[in-house]
Amino acid sequence: MYSHGSESLIKQAREIQEPELQKFYSRLVKLLQGKELGHETVDSLQRLHLILSATKYTRTLPSELRTRLLSLLSSPVEQLQVLSSAVLREMPPLSAEELNYIQENVGQLNSQTAMNYQISVSLTLWPQQAGTRADLSSVCAQLLRGLDNRPSEAPAHSLMHTLPVLNTILTHSPECLTEDHITLLSKRLVDWLRYASIVQGGGASSGRFFTGPRSRQPVPIAELDGMVSGDFFTVLCVGQGFTEDQWMNVYSFSMLHHWLLTYHSVSNGNSTIETDDRSEVDGSVVSMVSATSSSSRLLPPKERLREKAFQYCQRLIEQSDRKAQKKTDTELQKACLVEAVCILDCVCVEDASLVFRTFPFIKALFGRLSADLSFARVLLPIAQFYLNHGEMAAVDCESVWKLVFGQFPAELFSDPFLAHELLRFLRLNLEKFQLGVPQYTHFFPNLLKFLAWDSPAVVDDFVDLLPSLVTPATAVELLHTLLDLPCLSATLILQLRSTCLPISEPGGRGLLSLDAFRNPSFRGLFLFMLRGEAGSGDTIDRLSTLHDLLAEAADWPRVVQCAQTIPVLLHIYFNTVVTVADEKLLAHLILVMLERSSILLNIPTYIKEIHRVFSCHLLRMCKLHPSLVVDQSHELLEFAGIPGNVYSKEELYTHVVWVLGEYLSVSCDSRCSVSLITSCFETLEAVLFEITSSGTPPGTVCPAPRVITTLMSALAKLASRSHDLIPRVSLFLSKLRTVTRGGSVAWCSDEEDLVAIVTRGEELWSLLKAPSVAQSVLTPSPHITTPQWHRDTNVAMPLQLRALTSLTHPQ
Amino acid sequence: MVRCFLIHTVCPISALSAGECRVLYSRVFGPDETVLSEELQELNPEERRLLQKEKVAVVARQVHSAVTLSREASGRQLVEMVPGEEVLALQDADSGVVRLRAGDPFNEEMSVLWLGVHSLGFAMVCEPHENLLLAEGTLRNLSRHCLEHLHMLGPGSEVLLKSSRIDVLLSRLLPHGQLLFLNHRFAQSLEKEVAAYMAK
Repeated sequence: MYSHGSESLIKQAREIQEPELQKFYSRLVKLLQGKELGHETVDSLQRLHLILSATKYTRTLPSELRTRLLSLLSSPVEQLQVLSSAVLREMPPLSAEELNYIQENVGQLNSQTAMNYQISVSLTLWPQQAGTRADLSSVCAQLLRGLDNRPSEAPAHSLMHTLPVLNTILTHSPECLTEDHITLLSKRLVDWLRYASIVQGGGASSGRFFTGPRSRQPVPIAELDGMVSGDFFTVLCVGQGFTEDQWMNVYSFSMLHHWLLTYHSVSNGNSTIETDDRSEVDGSVVSMVSATSSSSRLLPPKERLREKAFQYCQRLIEQSDRKAQKKTDTELQKACLVEAVCILDCVCVEDASLVFRTFPFIKALFGRLSADLSFARVLLPIAQFYLNHGEMAAVDCESVWKLVFGQFPAELFSDPFLAHELLRFLRLNLEKFQLGVPQYTHFFPNLLKFLAWDSPAVVDDFVDLLPSLVTPATAVELLHTLLDLPCLSATLILQLRSTCLPISEPGGRGLLSLDAFRNPSFRGLFLFMLRGEAGSGDTIDRLSTLHDLLAEAADWPRVVQCAQTIPVLLHIYFNTVVTVADEKLLAHLILVMLERSSILLNIPTYIKEIHRVFSCHLLRMCKLHPSLVVDQSHELLEFAGIPGNVYSKEELYTHVVWVLGEYLSVSCDSRCSVSLITSCFETLEAVLFEITSSGTPPGTVCPAPRVITTLMSALAKLASRSHDLIPRVSLFLSKLRTVTRGGSVAWCSDEEDLVAIVTRGEELWSLLKAPSVAQSVLTPSPHITTPQWHRDTNVAMPLQLRALTSLTHPQ
Repeated sequence: MVRCFLIHTVCPISALSAGECRVLYSRVFGPDETVLSEELQELNPEERRLLQKEKVAVVARQVHSAVTLSREASGRQLVEMVPGEEVLALQDADSGVVRLRAGDPFNEEMSVLWLGVHSLGFAMVCEPHENLLLAEGTLRNLSRHCLEHLHMLGPGSEVLLKSSRIDVLLSRLLPHGQLLFLNHRFAQSLEKEVAAYMAK
């Protein structure tokens, strides 16, 4: 493990001083000048690499050292090739001459390893001149020239790294390959994929003392279960040794998907350019021909590659049904299935006529694998295939979605890789789902299980996915589910524990909640939490019972991590819901907010954070639809009339009082009557009296000053709309001044706060002395609060400036 | 393609302050993405290298926090491992995936697969369309070889002083960042070559 020794090594490498460094360089140059390069050289090169790579700032080497290192790239000893290429990669880029030096060597070297390391250097350190892409193109051209030779002429193993290098170049710059290159490579890929030799490679008959003619008989390749292979060579075939084209088969298949995605995509403009090879084949003939495999020799190279890719994948799917003898091979079979389905999907996207040939395999594969959850990650590409082509083939996909959205999240929520891939699948195909499978939103309780289990890993995905899950039909239930996500988190933990632990285990963490989980009378509560689909009710009546049962879960790390992500998601939820909801739904949501503000799992800071989110969005909603306040006045007043809320829900209470004061007026909603204003006034007045009464014993918690000032302002606003309430307010405010003049009060401990409260009281009192002024200040009419500026000819700034200018500047 | 493979420290270690993360080995494959992007043409080579190192450091930090949070959530106790128990260490290892958004720090969206073996993290940055099943298997295989050949469960510093061994390993099992579909026979053949190099 990482030790102090390693740390000090890195520090030394970073802090090495310039003189010592120069000495080291010159010693190294001397070593490299020698004939024999032994252990000391290797060690020194390694240390040089450490010195260069330990710091993010570049160090320059003396040019002689650079030259020596460059020449080491062609050394016959692999260790020196490796070290020199590693060192060169850590340096500022090569000059044009150095680059030419490397490029000249690339095509000529017999050693595959040396070429490999040289290319790794040149790829990393490409100079950023105008000819960058041209340089890459010339490397490609050189590599492909090597491929073009007859196989027997080329030395063994010299081609193996060609394909990975080409693949990495075309990742960054697909234009580096010309049409001719693409055609050539397509042809070679077809050869390697479909026509690799089906006998075992060199050494198959080694180990025999007497090498008679019989032992020289070629041994056929075998399948993973040991049976002799009856068809062409694939990555799932084994032998004692391998021929070169069998190796190329592996490399070709490894890059096939990427190749097809880059050069065979339907939207790729290059594919419409006709090459000479295609001149014989008419467009309509091509599509007819591709429907049958026998005449594939007539196809142009790209189409031929597509056909061979199809056959290869078909064979892989069949081979994956065999029982492999080794565990690593079983894993490989799964990976091959994923790759095969992806390639088939890619090929079918390019040529829709292949869908009818492909679907039977995919369907059979789905049928074979859908019952086995260990193949879940293979079933995702299959689901993608169904999504892309199911409509065209008129196949019913219901069972697929039931599996992917219904079963996988419910049973495999704890698999981080499946979670990542499933959510990614959803994210990438969101539009298709919204159009074709809109019922996926009903599975949000299931999808949220991923979030409840491993919030930090998937919260980023849900930031993208949550807006699409907010629909008018699901909005209310979704809000409840989000608020109870920590409970879901705890429930999932209990579910897993209850399957792992025996029924009666003394001691052990979470005993009480685990007992509750297993208790039949609470079954319904937990089952509701674990439900997979929406629609069975927004929430449960005995929610607070559930919270009590899960009280000890409030400090479980997973639950705490989950609770930390909820505020962010709630913000996204509310931001989305105001765009899709009508006023009726928003009114319902306000009720939910008020109700749930007291029914939350008791995790430290969680409740406060939720209240803060609620307050912020209550404000926004009421600002957008002021008539909501009059609409929900009864519930809001009920909330505001409870003095206890001042202390336990200070933030939310403040905002409720504020919206009442601001929007309970005739100008916001014509249904607002005088009696409504009066009853609101009386409710708030009563609370204000109670929390500021001198009867509270000293030492009890004080109400927050902001609550008091908000209450006062609200009362003043209401009074300005119904003038007979003004005397009552003025009386209270003057009483307040008298009481506070006597020194400290029980309900406010801080001197400065008290001064602020009293100042506000005095301002309101003097304002209310002139009722009509109070009205225009405290209840301004809309045209003042929503100024039109440039649209209003009376106040438009440019007009005013123009008028002023013409007045002040003598013409 | 795999863009980057790195080995770094995870979880609090006595040698480092809390939250600090040391990158022990990093290998970025393929041309530098900044060279071929239009916006970053005016960077000089030192700046490009710095940018690349910073990107690797960002990945390491993301994985570091992912490992920390994952271990905190699962509540598993870390068991001290000694050299010789590499296979067991890998079986016990935490694993997961981090999603890196486009621009943060790579131009495109990336998936980072990670393995946490005690206080070491092995991370592989994969492009979005990569076969993650294959990548996971390759990562495990690479990690096992690194642990074995560099005696990483012990207190030595071979990972820093013998990093060429990892280069050779990568050149066989992950050439230029290409994931390979290797059945046990092909893998054996490549591993024999690697073992022959390590023996020298």
